[in-house]
Amino acid sequence: MPDQRASTFDVARHAPVPFWRDIRFIQAFLQVLFLVAVIAFGYTLIHNLVNNLADNRMAINFGAFDRPFGTNISEGTTDFDPSTTSNWEALFIGFRNTLRVVAVGLVGATLLGVLIGIGRLSSNFLVRSVTIAYIELFRNTPLLVQLYFLYRGLRVTMPERIQDSYKLPGPIYVNRRAVNFPSIQGTEKVEIFYVLVLIGLVLGIALWIWRLRVQDRTGQPANVLRWFVPTVLLFAAAGWGLAGGPFRVEHPQLRRFNFEGGDKLSMEYITLTLGLILYTAAFIADIVRAGIQAVPYGQIEAARAQGFTNNQMLRLIVLPQALRLIIPPLGNQYLNLAKNSSLGIAIGFFDVYNIASIISNQTGQSVAVFAIMMAIYLSTSLAISLVMNAVNYSLRLRSR
Amino acid sequence: MKKVRLFGLLSALLLIMSLAAPFASAQEGGSILDQVRARGSLICGVNGGLPGFGYLDPDTGQMLGFDADFCRALAAAIFGEVTSDNLVFVQLTAAERFTAVQNRQVDVLFRNATWTLQRDAELGIDFGPTNFYDGQGVMVPADLGVSSIDDLDGASICVLTGTTTELNITEAMEKRGLSYELVKFEQPTQTLGGLEEGRCDALTSDISQLAGLRSSAADPGRYIILPDVISKEPLSPAYIEGDPVWADVVRWTVYATIQAEEYGITQANIDEFLASDDAAIQRFLGQGDQASGSLLGLDNDFVVNIIRAVGNYGEIFERNVGVNSPLGLERGLNALWSDGGLIYAPAWR
Repeated sequence: MPDQRASTFDVARHAPVPFWRDIRFIQAFLQVLFLVAVIAFGYTLIHNLVNNLADNRMAINFGAFDRPFGTNISEGTTDFDPSTTSNWEALFIGFRNTLRVVAVGLVGATLLGVLIGIGRLSSNFLVRSVTIAYIELFRNTPLLVQLYFLYRGLRVTMPERIQDSYKLPGPIYVNRRAVNFPSIQGTEKVEIFYVLVLIGLVLGIALWIWRLRVQDRTGQPANVLRWFVPTVLLFAAAGWGLAGGPFRVEHPQLRRFNFEGGDKLSMEYITLTLGLILYTAAFIADIVRAGIQAVPYGQIEAARAQGFTNNQMLRLIVLPQALRLIIPPLGNQYLNLAKNSSLGIAIGFFDVYNIASIISNQTGQSVAVFAIMMAIYLSTSLAISLVMNAVNYSLRLRSR
Repeated sequence: MKKVRLFGLLSALLLIMSLAAPFASAQEGGSILDQVRARGSLICGVNGGLPGFGYLDPDTGQMLGFDADFCRALAAAIFGEVTSDNLVFVQLTAAERFTAVQNRQVDVLFRNATWTLQRDAELGIDFGPTNFYDGQGVMVPADLGVSSIDDLDGASICVLTGTTTELNITEAMEKRGLSYELVKFEQPTQTLGGLEEGRCDALTSDISQLAGLRSSAADPGRYIILPDVISKEPLSPAYIEGDPVWADVVRWTVYATIQAEEYGITQANIDEFLASDDAAIQRFLGQGDQASGSLLGLDNDFVVNIIRAVGNYGEIFERNVGVNSPLGLERGLNALWSDGGLIYAPAWR
């Protein structure tokens, strides 16, 4: 009935609403207004900061980073020259030290955390109680307190005099200041060795692929390792002979005050890394426990009914499913660990925060230094997030 | 619709805030002197953890020390006397101290701070007259068998981070071509702990600080301070740059204690001097109608208030760091100029 519809259509009533009453326009307008307000507010803050600092003769000056650092860094660097190393380079050394702590910390905390998380669910009373006690102790005390405790504790239990250092096989020397161990350095001919090992590896992989093809074609067992390992070893031995012993081991030597030569891990590095591992592992353990418990019990019953052993059940049924639930909160703990590494300043570890605060103090450029530092921590955290998001994505439940 | 309204309100609020912000930050007027008077209290930045200079008395909880006494002198100069209300101590670490002055978190800094060109020119702060001439030294355990810095090749040295000391020891060791490891801590007590517990072989700092730390060591007799002095450390008060009225008040408060020692005026005998008929002393103490403190915008007899509160420079020195104190420091460079030292006040007229 088209004519009836036309007759009831009142043009005046259905005229388009004026734009200021149009909800679509109002919403768009308010969003633009909000954006303008945020930008204006942010601009005012920065503008005020810059101008007020300049008025007080403290103008922000990133050129201060080009000046020499002026003092020594005794961590993660040898032959450091304080008069030629710029503040930028010092920051970089600090960042490298932070990464050394964070990288080892992440791996250590994950391994320990998973072990404790599984132990927390053990049917063995002793294992269960010890892990519960561990988790509650480390989760419920501040990390700073733990670091001080660990630092003083390690220091007081180790031998006071360098001459009385514990000697472990290696030889590794342990005392209050550091763990000194032999360093391994390549000689001038070390490249020959590397090249031959590389050739061996390439050839080995080629043989590996060839053997797999033979297996596909004929059904004979591939025995890839029987071909791969001797090939690589042969070339490595040839390289070793040609280079005439390509590595030199340098042992730490006791001098009057300290060990010199070789490599060392300072007590500050050990304390910070260990402290971060112990603290973060407690949180990871609880995440792992929650992830395992979230796997429906029917899955476990089904696995038992199928005759899986406990070990197989954990490895093949429970952990793969738990992993999906564990990854997102685990990423948060990784971020916490990376950021908590800035507590190293409390025990005198030369991480990027410590170096930055020295620069801030020596140049007075606190705003510039802290802006750089925030950028450094932000990009570290974002990098960790990126990796964890990628892992999360690759493990997601695929529904067809 | 409610959501839309809330959103609009929020935007309006942000806009108003951003418009108002430039006006809000426009100058809080007047000198710090006026602000201190209006507030009714002086906020003084001190160390708080350094025996002899600025530390909390474990029995009374009071802030004591050489620097703390200069804070008291300044409060007395402004308010006439020091009460529990008109002087507030703020404890600052080496890393915080100059920022606290820049932010006006403290009115003045008496915190064994070294006056350097870079700090004076770049930090937006000014330094007052040096009230303690110090130099950097090195403290070692006596049984280490070290008699000079040259013997410290390969040693681990504890040092306070964020100070001129870490720069000076670096230069001193590099110049001598010695290898060394610096162990840096944020608190003076941590550096002492490092030495006592064998983390380092030596501890370097201003000699006065070494003496202070040694006095608080478990066994002070175990440590010796090497004879080498590797730097000049003129310790001076600091305040915000660009406030000449306040700068004068701080400066002449320090000079008042020095001039008083020169005249021999002490806490004990100040009343006798008030009756003196020496015109110079009458003028110094603001007696009669000769201008003294009034030129600075203070009570004309502000010197009398200072002396009654803390005594003269010599008294402050002896009480806190002198030979009979736990620090046991000689006057040395800090003797009056007339006794062969560097302590000198400009003419009082």
